[in-house]
Amino acid sequence: MDTQEKLLEMEHITKKFPGVVALRDVQFALRRGEIHALLGENGAGKSTLIKVLTGVFERDGGDIFLEGRAVSPQSPQAAQNMGISTVYQEVNLCPNLSVAENVYIGREPGSAGRIDWKTINRKAAELLSRFDLHIDVTQNLDRYSVAVQQMVAIARAVDISAKVLILDEPTSSLTAVEVRKLFEIMRMLKARGMGIIFVTHFLDQVYEVSDTITVLRGGEYVCSSPTAELPKMQLVARMIGKEYEDLESRPSSSLADRGKRDLFLRLQGAASAQISHVDIDIQKGEVLGFSGLLGSGRSEIARLIFGVDPIVTGGLEIGGRKTAVKEPITAMRAGIGFCPENRKSEGIVGELSVRENIMLALQAKQGMLRAMSRRQSEKLADEYIEALSIKTPSREQSIHNLSGGNQQKVILARWLATAPDLLMLDEPTRGIDIGTKAEIQKLVTKLAGEGMSLVFISSEVDEMVRCCGRMVILRDKKLVGELTGEEISEDMIVKYMAGGEQFEPKTETIQ
Amino acid sequence: MSGAIQKKPGNRNISLLITTLLFFVLFGAGSLAYDRFFSLSTFLNLFNDNAYLIIVAIGVTFVLLTGGIDISVASTLAFTCVFSAHLLRLGVPPVVVIPLVLLIGLGVGLLMGYLIQTFHLQPFIVTLAGQFFMRGFCAVISTNSIPITDTFYKYMALGKVSIGKGKLYYYVFFALVVLAAAYYTLRFTRFGRGVYAVGGSEQSAVLMGLPVTRIKIAVYAISGFCAALAGVVFSFYTLAGYSLQNMGLEMDAISSAVIGGTLLSGGVGSVIGTTFGALIQGVIQTIVTYQNLNTWWTKVTIAALLCVFIVIQRGIALRAERRKSG
Amino acid sequence: MSQKLRQFSKNQIFWPLMVLLAILLANGIVSGGSFFEMRIVDGHLYGRLIDILRNGSKLMVLAIGITMALATGGTDISVGSVMAISGAVACSIVDGRLLPGASGNVAVAVVLALLAGVLCGLWNGVLIAKVKIQPIVATMILMVAGRGIAQLITEGKIVTINSDAYYFINGGYILGLPFPLFIVAFAFVLVMLFTRKTAFGLFIEAIGVNSVSSRFTGIKVDRIKLMIYTFSGLMAAVAGLIESAGIKGADCNNAGLLIELDAILSVAIGGTSLFGGRFSIPASVIGALIIQSISTSVLAMGVAPEVTLVVKSLIVVVICLVQSKKFKETIAGKFSRRAVKEA
Repeated sequence: MDTQEKLLEMEHITKKFPGVVALRDVQFALRRGEIHALLGENGAGKSTLIKVLTGVFERDGGDIFLEGRAVSPQSPQAAQNMGISTVYQEVNLCPNLSVAENVYIGREPGSAGRIDWKTINRKAAELLSRFDLHIDVTQNLDRYSVAVQQMVAIARAVDISAKVLILDEPTSSLTAVEVRKLFEIMRMLKARGMGIIFVTHFLDQVYEVSDTITVLRGGEYVCSSPTAELPKMQLVARMIGKEYEDLESRPSSSLADRGKRDLFLRLQGAASAQISHVDIDIQKGEVLGFSGLLGSGRSEIARLIFGVDPIVTGGLEIGGRKTAVKEPITAMRAGIGFCPENRKSEGIVGELSVRENIMLALQAKQGMLRAMSRRQSEKLADEYIEALSIKTPSREQSIHNLSGGNQQKVILARWLATAPDLLMLDEPTRGIDIGTKAEIQKLVTKLAGEGMSLVFISSEVDEMVRCCGRMVILRDKKLVGELTGEEISEDMIVKYMAGGEQFEPKTETIQ
Repeated sequence: MSGAIQKKPGNRNISLLITTLLFFVLFGAGSLAYDRFFSLSTFLNLFNDNAYLIIVAIGVTFVLLTGGIDISVASTLAFTCVFSAHLLRLGVPPVVVIPLVLLIGLGVGLLMGYLIQTFHLQPFIVTLAGQFFMRGFCAVISTNSIPITDTFYKYMALGKVSIGKGKLYYYVFFALVVLAAAYYTLRFTRFGRGVYAVGGSEQSAVLMGLPVTRIKIAVYAISGFCAALAGVVFSFYTLAGYSLQNMGLEMDAISSAVIGGTLLSGGVGSVIGTTFGALIQGVIQTIVTYQNLNTWWTKVTIAALLCVFIVIQRGIALRAERRKSG
Repeated sequence: MSQKLRQFSKNQIFWPLMVLLAILLANGIVSGGSFFEMRIVDGHLYGRLIDILRNGSKLMVLAIGITMALATGGTDISVGSVMAISGAVACSIVDGRLLPGASGNVAVAVVLALLAGVLCGLWNGVLIAKVKIQPIVATMILMVAGRGIAQLITEGKIVTINSDAYYFINGGYILGLPFPLFIVAFAFVLVMLFTRKTAFGLFIEAIGVNSVSSRFTGIKVDRIKLMIYTFSGLMAAVAGLIESAGIKGADCNNAGLLIELDAILSVAIGGTSLFGGRFSIPASVIGALIIQSISTSVLAMGVAPEVTLVVKSLIVVVICLVQSKKFKETIAGKFSRRAVKEA
């Protein structure tokens, strides 16, 4: 790579948060006229890297060079002034202002403090027409689709003389046609010599539009390669932490299928606001894995079953009976428990004690009027603190003072206390130390042995292989495959996750 | 993404339209029901009797547009009246008194804005403290009504221009000037557009590099200043200062803004709408008087309107949310 | 023993109680001891302290009602208006202008007044829990409308009534103690039982800390909010009865005027965060007594009662700052910077 061509270079970037190193010695280089995909799973450090680059976070080490000059943006504003602009997934414009105003706010043309609306509207219309966007710029932004809003955001960013344009998950809420439109614009900007950083979790899109790929994992740099030279399989392997050579058809361990079991739960053509056409059976005493990359729909199914995003159409049968699950408590009464993915915002109740956090679900299930006595709840808490070896100074400690792993164990205890028939764990081991991870994996196996059904969701494939007896694989919110017992191997999972002709969705329903 | 540019009224224009329409419908209804109602003088009296409310409500609109709330304005107004009356009685000339009380209003607003913004305190609670503070200080000065006998104030109280059969008092022009200035500020200055941007999405406003902190403090200062100015107008209107004056006026001001189409979550609203909101309250009051009804029907009607507008706003917000997730 | 004391000092109730004692003590010293004097006349206890308890009873009842709304991170600013409605309903019935058939029947009056309070609270609750309007805005509607509704019930007049049975609600004595204290005690015990003996209290705190997580654990967040606001309305109605019995009539303009702010302040002084979370009903009751003591002290000094507003406003600001994370950080930052400079 010629130094002349290099637009942006980041070297040895390190960023620490209390107790965690979010980025460790990460490098990244962007050339002029390049679309560069930045990829990685949850917690890989993509968004931290971008926040360091745009001045949201201050870095703890490393250098950033823009056109060869060392820079240290202190705020998104400062970064923008240097020529680094970001367009986020959640469009960061003001929905209540007109399209034109959104393009020019903060830098309105005018004289003597009087804003010249005519000029703004005219210039905005001109600018947007260059993006092939012919809309009434005097209308409020929120009258237009997310796609249009995104284009407006890009137009604004480019107009403020962006050299580097960062697109953070821009395609998540766009239709196929809109995505194609966005790609056209990206290619147009690329032809003008702009460098574009493209963050996404849709691998097909990466191969369609990007020139170069950089992969991060666990806060570290993994590799950087021209897109054409990195096959999809290898890419997925790198993202989930397996060197391609390591992937072998390893049969799953002790959890091979023990023959046909009784059915516990059946989803037929179920759809929520987030996902549609889900057909899944869950049997008693099995560990069923939902595999797929972030955004593949793996969490959405669990949320649908638990009534967080209630079913709109289709059917849900639990224990052979049709059940309408409109809110979590209904699912709980039907014997289901759910540890959500976002431990902090959806799991723990921060200022309450470990004891209260453990008793909460059981108490809700029993009903408000049948309160547990203090002694009962203490006994319950002590039992689980011991059984799961939760490290806490006392059961009365506030849960937010505990480490992530111990918080997770408390949430597990909360659900185990309700003695569920089906327990769904979404990323139960994320951000947790190795020791606790192993404990949780062991617990999953043990619970299944005792006859509980489990749904296990994780970004880490080896963990999935270790834990699951059966697995469905999702891609782009569709079920694309199913593996049972000995079929389960990292190799096969990665093949399905990456997609390919023989791994496209089957037409018949997956059972 | 069609090439044709269509002119459709946006949401904000629709709600302004509804408010304006509501005003004229009410005025028309009054005119049909009662003789002597339909006249220029009835119309102008709406301004004469509500000038101070218009000024307060315009100030509060700035705060509401950013998504905040200010419930201190009635007390600031009362304090202005009492303090002015007190100083005038001591012989301080109006040329000193008026700038001084305006400055106090501005200062109190500034202080509250500073506390809210710097320490992330709830606007409701901080302006509640401001309300207590100003009302308390009224009582410290005097708990009795202090009459104003100053010649300038008397001149302002009685001075009026005749328009046809109606008359418009001089102090109404304060309200009109405030309205014009506020309209210009919100429409044609960077600060004004910043106010809308902050209310629309504070996070976006920060990322777009707008001076969010300054804007959020400034709106409380404006609100305080307007409340003090309304106090000056109110002392022209009543020629007295009394510590329990205008209890609950803050709610009338907020109601005016909401009925005028201001979203309490911020970002949407206009001072024209607010003015019509205040005038609607005036019309309801007038009708209630004509009908010889208990004046409390005014409050109940206004609250009912308020409720309807808030529920409609909520419905619009819900629809927007659904559209986003769907 | 000292272990127990130390534990108590960490209780939410500790500091409010100390403040209350300090205020009372200061009053005692200033008055030369007469503040604490009690007399027994006709078997009834009289004295300053009893006055504080009796006059503070409305506020205590309101504080009990509103604490839970604040603990879920909401608020209820309609309580003053609901008080006016309740007083208007009760007095109009006792007076006979409403329901002439039940004229003078105090029991009917009280029951219907309480029912009116429940309806008001239910209205607030539906707007907040079902329509999902922010609590301040939702309760503002009734705050504006309430006094008007009360006026319409009394046909715009100040209703004065003549009923010893009704006066008893405020002025009566049982066992030598003022009757309102028994009302407070009854409400207090009822709420304590309900929040402690059922999981209601736990659920409220969970919602106040993290309502999303709470929903994920199966708590019916909407239903609990509905109950809380309904209860707040009921307590406001009780306070309205006490007030109207005290002034022997219904004054819709002034009944419970600005008292919603005192109620919120009582809860805040009691240490319940206005952002929601942990709450303590006893601490709120003590908070209400603190407010009442300040008012009584200011009155005793011969200063206009409105001056207490200035004192209260300063207390509000201090409490808010103390609860503000940002303020703590700023202070901590200043100190650590100073420490660095000195080092």
